[in-house]
Amino acid sequence: MTRQMTGAKMVVQALKDQGVDTVFGYPGGAVLPIYDEIFQQNDIRHVLVRHEQAALHAAEGYARSTGKPGVALVTSGPGATNAVTGLTDALLDSIPLVVFSGQVPTFMIGTDGFQEADTIGITRPCTKHNWLVKDTDKLAETIHQAFHVATSGRPGPVLIDLPKDVQFADGEYTPPTKVKMGHYKPRVKASIEEINDIVALIEKAERPVFYTGGGVINSGPAASMLLRELVDATGFPITSTLMGLGAYPASGKGWLGMLGMHGLYEANMAMHGCDLMINIGARFDDRITGRIQDFSPNSKKIHVDIDPSSINKIIHVDLPVIGDVGHVLEDVLKVWKSRGRKKADISAWWKQIEEWREVRCLTYKNSDTVIKPQYALQRLEELTKGMDRYITTEVGQHQMWAAQFLGFEDPNRWMTSGGLGTMGYGFPASIGVQMAHPESLVVNVAGEASWLMNMQEMGTAIQYRLPVKQFILNNERLGMVRQWQQLLHGERYSSSWSEALPDFVKLAEAFGAKGIQCSDPKDLDDAIMEMINYDGPVIFDCLVEKHENCFPMIPSGKPHNEMLLGEAYVEGAIKSDGAVLV
Amino acid sequence: MSALRIQQGSSSHSAYDLRDYHAEVIEKHTLAVLVDNEAGVLARVIGLFSGRGYNIESLTVAEVDHEGHRSRITVVTTGTRDVIEQIKAQVGRIVPVHEVHDLTVEGPSIERELALFKVEGTGNNRIEALRLAEIFRANVVDSTLESFVFEMTGTSEKIDAFAELMRPLGLVETARTGVAALARGSKA
Repeated sequence: MTRQMTGAKMVVQALKDQGVDTVFGYPGGAVLPIYDEIFQQNDIRHVLVRHEQAALHAAEGYARSTGKPGVALVTSGPGATNAVTGLTDALLDSIPLVVFSGQVPTFMIGTDGFQEADTIGITRPCTKHNWLVKDTDKLAETIHQAFHVATSGRPGPVLIDLPKDVQFADGEYTPPTKVKMGHYKPRVKASIEEINDIVALIEKAERPVFYTGGGVINSGPAASMLLRELVDATGFPITSTLMGLGAYPASGKGWLGMLGMHGLYEANMAMHGCDLMINIGARFDDRITGRIQDFSPNSKKIHVDIDPSSINKIIHVDLPVIGDVGHVLEDVLKVWKSRGRKKADISAWWKQIEEWREVRCLTYKNSDTVIKPQYALQRLEELTKGMDRYITTEVGQHQMWAAQFLGFEDPNRWMTSGGLGTMGYGFPASIGVQMAHPESLVVNVAGEASWLMNMQEMGTAIQYRLPVKQFILNNERLGMVRQWQQLLHGERYSSSWSEALPDFVKLAEAFGAKGIQCSDPKDLDDAIMEMINYDGPVIFDCLVEKHENCFPMIPSGKPHNEMLLGEAYVEGAIKSDGAVLV
Repeated sequence: MSALRIQQGSSSHSAYDLRDYHAEVIEKHTLAVLVDNEAGVLARVIGLFSGRGYNIESLTVAEVDHEGHRSRITVVTTGTRDVIEQIKAQVGRIVPVHEVHDLTVEGPSIERELALFKVEGTGNNRIEALRLAEIFRANVVDSTLESFVFEMTGTSEKIDAFAELMRPLGLVETARTGVAALARGSKA
């Protein structure tokens, strides 16, 4: 079955054998042989980005919206160093990526050659694993192993560094079926004792809450279905991290909304007051927990995670269960049903939650003259919610508002940089999503500052006719930085305004795209519809209130029950006519 | 635990809660890590220690199975019980790591370190150094009219004790291998 071919040809062959249809990349001297092979075939589409960081984020968007690994190809030296942010982003959000980087020829490694960097050394801490391939005979095997490592267990980015002479040399191609995967086999099934223990806790709980995360999404659509079944069958309330939105539908009966620093009041209060916390595929991130000692002080905690290092890292749990979310949920459902679907009366708990809901924590003071960012997102939600829609975001206030005000009914529809918080993520991610779903509506909810960080990708959007909608909430501020400075740094607004902004409409036109500007709340609906109906990329410059703060907010070092609620709430504006209640 | 001491309540201007909640007892543990002997594997393990702020008290590494290309890394580390558990879990998920054993908790184990000491001196100091070396079962592996090089194996504590005694007698240079350790008994 083995065949002789060049290393460069092997890369393309291995990608085909792995079922890859799209590669995001940027050529350069050290990857020219691979680009030559890409040129001579039609099975794999190559998307030329305008910056390597964008190639990685686009691959992330592709991966998160399809569940398949994203693939990127960059050259040596600066190509590889530009990829570092994307690798780290994917590592923190557990996104499967396979990245190929060119390298100087093996005989030049260590000589400070042109465009040489110690790519393996630089990317070692920001990949799940990486390989320098020095022998063409081992190349195919390494690529197949790389796909295995990236996609199994807790997914993550991997990198293969390819010296140019290895790409030119001939070697034997090993097909995926012949490759030994080695010892790397993460545990996916929990023991029956652990499943029984989970069920026993579920049966007794009087104030339970599901706390779910990106692990449910990563486990695949089946895991989301099982989660829905379990939540609805038990009637337990459920909250989710930023990463896990869409695993349980926002319209579902048990849904409390997102939790965490800018999470909903009812979700955080339920976390604080519960007697059983069932953590499914979340990792007690510091944006979630607030003050550690006061985190959910009276609950038994179950933690289901595929990564043993997530267990007891931040929060001590009573029942750690190492396994794949899908497998564990399936077993828990089976055992819970077979034991007679027992559960305690939780109506008092729901009554309490309803009281918390009455606080209406997302209330804000609307305006007839200025577009409030929350209002813009409510209108976007209202006008697009029935559509085949994918949302990406940049990082900052707009990201939190999007998480609060947009509803996600399905997994893989929401792409945001959660762990690393990478400004500049959303635009290239929207390109990756649109490549994977050419007929769908893809909207990047952005802030103007984040968006400028990868604005060069307008070229990519135009070249590949990707009708990505850039919905920019333009407050001419680094909004989240400004908010922190206002609340915590004595209103000293150090470098947190966006001066010398471009005219976004002209910018769009300069690239051959459509630009829309909107500043009047009365025009907003029409403008959004114009954006949606335009067949091509749009930059939507939505001029919003400049000094709006994002609430609720758990200030750092505070527990969940010491949330700051919005100005509107504090000022008693809930009752006023202009307030838009959510 | 760390040199950085942050006062209570100083986290109010930070995105992080900077107070140290787990300031418990610091324990010393000896970990045996079995890895594929491939390029960069040591860097992966020690890079994890430095990247996540864990301590390394000593480190030894060598290929122990030439046919299977398997190396054994012995790390002596310190931390609270939580930190030690985290270290084991973090090291365990490195792809070329096969096994992580905490010899400190997995039952009785033996630890040995090899050290070389160069002691310079004449007259009584020289005689005293040689006499102490005999008591500690150190061997003379090099000698001139003004110096000895002693070779000694033992626990780290024994080597520390010998070094203390040699210091006033003319100790000029020390080389230590770090700890190698195995569990007692017949089981691998």
